[in-house]
Amino acid sequence: MQSLTNRSKMVSDKKMTFLEKLYLPAIFGGMIITAKHLFRKNNTIKYPEEQRVFAPVYRGQHVLKRDEQGRENCTACGLCAVACPAEAITMVANERKKGEEHLYREEKYAEVYEINMLRCIFCGLCEEACPKEAIFLTDRIVKTDDNRPDFVYGKDRLVEDVNNRIDVSRRQLTGKRKEK
Amino acid sequence: MIKVTIDDIEIEVEEGTTILNAARMIGGDVVPPAMCYYSALPGTGGKCRTCLVEVAAGSTKDPRPMPKLMVSCSTQVMDGMIVKNKTSERVIENRAGVVEFLLANHPLDCPVCDQAGECDLQNLGFENGKEATRYEEERRTFEPIDIGDHIKLNMNRCILCYRCVHVANQLTDQRVHGALHRGDHTEISTYIEKAIDNDFSGNMIDVCPVGALTDRTARFKSRVWFLNPMNATCECTKCSGKAVVWMFGKEVYKVTTRQDKYGEVEQVDGKPQWLCDECRFDKKDVSKWTIEGARHIDRHSVISQGHYEKPNPLDNKPKNIK
Ligand code: SF4
Ligand code: SF4
Ligand code: SF4
Ligand code: FES
Repeated sequence: MQSLTNRSKMVSDKKMTFLEKLYLPAIFGGMIITAKHLFRKNNTIKYPEEQRVFAPVYRGQHVLKRDEQGRENCTACGLCAVACPAEAITMVANERKKGEEHLYREEKYAEVYEINMLRCIFCGLCEEACPKEAIFLTDRIVKTDDNRPDFVYGKDRLVEDVNNRIDVSRRQLTGKRKEK
Repeated sequence: MIKVTIDDIEIEVEEGTTILNAARMIGGDVVPPAMCYYSALPGTGGKCRTCLVEVAAGSTKDPRPMPKLMVSCSTQVMDGMIVKNKTSERVIENRAGVVEFLLANHPLDCPVCDQAGECDLQNLGFENGKEATRYEEERRTFEPIDIGDHIKLNMNRCILCYRCVHVANQLTDQRVHGALHRGDHTEISTYIEKAIDNDFSGNMIDVCPVGALTDRTARFKSRVWFLNPMNATCECTKCSGKAVVWMFGKEVYKVTTRQDKYGEVEQVDGKPQWLCDECRFDKKDVSKWTIEGARHIDRHSVISQGHYEKPNPLDNKPKNIK
């Protein structure tokens, strides 16, 4: 039969010679490979003293953005939740009342918005789905914890602080948003 | 019986059938979309122009083509008529134009709108529309108003199909709701902000193809694709009691009529299964309903995500097993 690639090898069960039975040449061969690696450049870094530069498209902890006037962009449309392959997002919507126009941009807003960071696979599909440019993944790392419920991030940890905005412009300058 | 050919498919229909209904008898892709025609409401149709088709030959007697595209919902078939829907470039181009007109004043606020996911205008735009808008003018805007305790009117989203006016005319005994002004200024409204509280007025929510009339009792509660539609019945003296309850866990979020694949109310023996307002708005409790089972949802619909119909074990039972 013709092989698909030329990498396939015939297998045989011939008897080992005396030299092969000693195993020593094979052991030395292996040791040489190990020793070579001692002088190679390290692939690891000494975290946290040293830190890697994140790619502009790094996908870490989410942020719910506000617009220039400080109003929440998210309108609880549920598209992020339906796009999420890990089913990590849940939300409860509510109607904006008179006098709350400075808080929420749209007539409807998310009263509860939760992401379970243990379920999230940081794929960024929620960001892709969002029609309101409300949710973005950032270069922040989700903190470790030893308590499962603490990984469910509510609006208190997701919505950005009005006075301490989170910059996502680097993400917006890459990929498909750049072309627009 | 007379013969018509729609998109190269021949069918025999009764005299007096409209092109749209003849196409629906064939089914599938040859059916033109319809935004204003509603089978259960006589007199509807002829408003939205989404159902335009090309008539390539008028009849056997007079096989000249009709010069303009015809509204299939209100044009009757003739013997030997040849109709082109999907196979006509002109129809496809015109339909994209009609979508553009319907969207000219539309706010495109689907993320906020409760109808999103089951909206005929979304489907129409997705299937027949262009990708981008060219509209630069100021859109006409209205504040959303409550017409009665149960219905929200969001005039911005209305496409003036007049279906709701026909509901008010035909199903309720005292009409307080209709259209004001003319042409571009037309708006749907009630008689001087009069509340709508007729027994069957809730049905206008279901006939509205867009999110202009929505259920206030389910307002912003959830999005349709997170809900589980179940066929349910209840004892009711006023209406058929046949409904779809939209459940979230054990809770009933909204109740609607049962709709066929064209989004129109199901008919049993020619009688539309309308719901009365009591069943629709006040029975938000599972104990008031007898659940028949999961409603079949087309798998191309976003509502089908997370919606599981339990397979009936008896359906697929091999024949040789007793
Ligand atoms: S990044 Fe992916 S997995 Fe995480 S919440 Fe968004 S859509 Fe879900
Ligand atoms: S974050 Fe975006 S996609 Fe998710 S609910 Fe809010 S507006 Fe919709
Ligand atoms: S409110 Fe709805 S049903 Fe009534 S005319 Fe407007 S789009 Fe049609
Ligand atoms: S459905 Fe025929 S014109 Fe609207």
